[in-house]
Amino acid sequence: MVDRNTGIGGNPVEEVVIEAGEALRDRAKSYTPDTNWARMVDHFKREWQLYVMLAPTIIWFIVFLYKPMYGLQIAFKDYSIFRGVANSPWVGLEHFQVLFSNEQFIRAVWNTIKISALNLLFGFPAPIILALMFNEILHATYKKTAQTIVYLPHFISSVIIAGIVITAFAPTGGIVNIILGWFGMDSIYFLTRPEWFRPIFVGTGIWQEAGFGSIVFLAAIAGVNPSLYESAVVDGANRWQMMWKITIPSILPTILIMLIIRIGNIMEVSFELVILLYQPATYETADVVNTWIYRQGLQSGQYDLAAAAGLFNALVAFVLVMTANSLSRRFSQTSLW
Amino acid sequence: MMNWNLYSRGDKFFAIVVSVLVGMFTVATLYPFIYIAAVSFSSGFAAQAGKVVLTPIDATVEAYGFILQDPQFWISYRNTFIYTVGGTIMSLAFIIPGAYALSRRQLKGRRFFNLFIAFTMWFNAGLIPFFLNMRDLGLLDSMFGIILAFAVNAFNIILLRNFFESIPQSFEEAARMDGANDFQVLWKVFIPLSKPAIATITLFCIVSRWNGFFWAMVLLQSEDKIPLQVFLRHTIAKLSDDDEFAITQLAASYSAETVTAAIIVCSIIPVLLVYPWIQKYFEKGILLGGVKE
Repeated sequence: MVDRNTGIGGNPVEEVVIEAGEALRDRAKSYTPDTNWARMVDHFKREWQLYVMLAPTIIWFIVFLYKPMYGLQIAFKDYSIFRGVANSPWVGLEHFQVLFSNEQFIRAVWNTIKISALNLLFGFPAPIILALMFNEILHATYKKTAQTIVYLPHFISSVIIAGIVITAFAPTGGIVNIILGWFGMDSIYFLTRPEWFRPIFVGTGIWQEAGFGSIVFLAAIAGVNPSLYESAVVDGANRWQMMWKITIPSILPTILIMLIIRIGNIMEVSFELVILLYQPATYETADVVNTWIYRQGLQSGQYDLAAAAGLFNALVAFVLVMTANSLSRRFSQTSLW
Repeated sequence: MMNWNLYSRGDKFFAIVVSVLVGMFTVATLYPFIYIAAVSFSSGFAAQAGKVVLTPIDATVEAYGFILQDPQFWISYRNTFIYTVGGTIMSLAFIIPGAYALSRRQLKGRRFFNLFIAFTMWFNAGLIPFFLNMRDLGLLDSMFGIILAFAVNAFNIILLRNFFESIPQSFEEAARMDGANDFQVLWKVFIPLSKPAIATITLFCIVSRWNGFFWAMVLLQSEDKIPLQVFLRHTIAKLSDDDEFAITQLAASYSAETVTAAIIVCSIIPVLLVYPWIQKYFEKGILLGGVKE
């Protein structure tokens, strides 16, 4: 209560008087409508409807997304169904020690990284190339029709995608082996061969997503200043040169942002499709972290160990996403969120 | 700028090469669907002998007959409709008011709530804690559980919130002058003005519900609750593993391949029917969602 800057308050009597004065002033304040408390009451009286609107969403997030985060503690516990999350005994880092000495888990981490790397190498450029090509097509109807068709697989469920892959790559009667037959090659049972899993998986991903992925780049191309092309025409540049000298440099920020998002999502291989396409014979190359978690946790009931693997995965993903965001902020002045 | 008559010979050549390449990719995208349709209408023998390439061989609809008389097919088809319609309505009931509240400047703790929601995009607890939580909530093998537990996601809320924020303040002020409260402002002003954004989110919800598979497989045990995608998965797995089926059906005019193909066709048709609407809105939606916050 004593204002130390001015030195007032050295005298005890003076101090009391000042304190009494301040207390009075405080009390007086609380009766005027511009105090914090009254303002809050006033605010809620006026705007309570907003909070009623927001409440269900917030409660939903707590119940379905934040409560499981609390449940993540079983990664450090000897979880038993009967004791529940809170009452199971702590075991420290035991599960993580088991995890990092488990060859299958290590293999799953590497498989995740390898599949993501292949996706990055082949799956990332595909939609960019496709968008650049769409941009060169003059015939509007042809372009529109092609776009309509190549966007379609994005909306098809992974079960159907897997069904198509299984049918097309079937050892007898599958179209891929029919074509191999035309060239006099022996039929291959692709889906049981570990060396074929990654090419088929990454290829399927490109087939399904390249078209849809091109939308973002087409939008970026549409935003390029037309006068750049006009002056290039005056200078006698051809379309190929314009693509390399104008279009690509102009959409580079978009490419960079999308690349950074991809890197941030390295741990996220679409495991739904993996579950649908892999089999024990191909685990060697196909098993990723999330499919390993699925088998250990949901199929074998080792919840605590699987939760530890999930926590490891989530933490790596979190660090990658955060790094990616700060990188994109540095490169493009526009962060992703 | 892009005028065929002004193109040099090199440019014309380039444009033609590009058009051909795009055409090839388009055909490659379309072909698997045509192939599956052809298999579904072929005889089982022709499909197994590898005769089907582009058009049905020994055309027959027996594979469809086999599927359509399976009561489980109709049950799961009905369930998928319930999940899609119920789930989408549930999503909108959460997302629209939530996004509106988050878009209002006068909301106290707005930064906190935004972060609270966005954080779930960067970090999530993973499969196991989510599953155990569902079990603790008593939502295993529950249709309502599926509809509720996947109703909201951060991305859709942020997308709609951004759209609401872009609506000029004056619209809200004018409605307030007329004595409208928040519910009325949302219902009479914001929702009509946001039709494209809401349509986009509705389509995102419909597509993800229609295609939803993994959690339905994990959480649902009863056959009478599973959606079409899980039924499809069961059938494909059963048919491709089951040698007995292959032997007993050898005489019949359908096979594992043609039946699988027929189910695939049945489950794609509704997606194709709504695809024109999807196409109308999703490009916009992607671009709306492109820049977050």
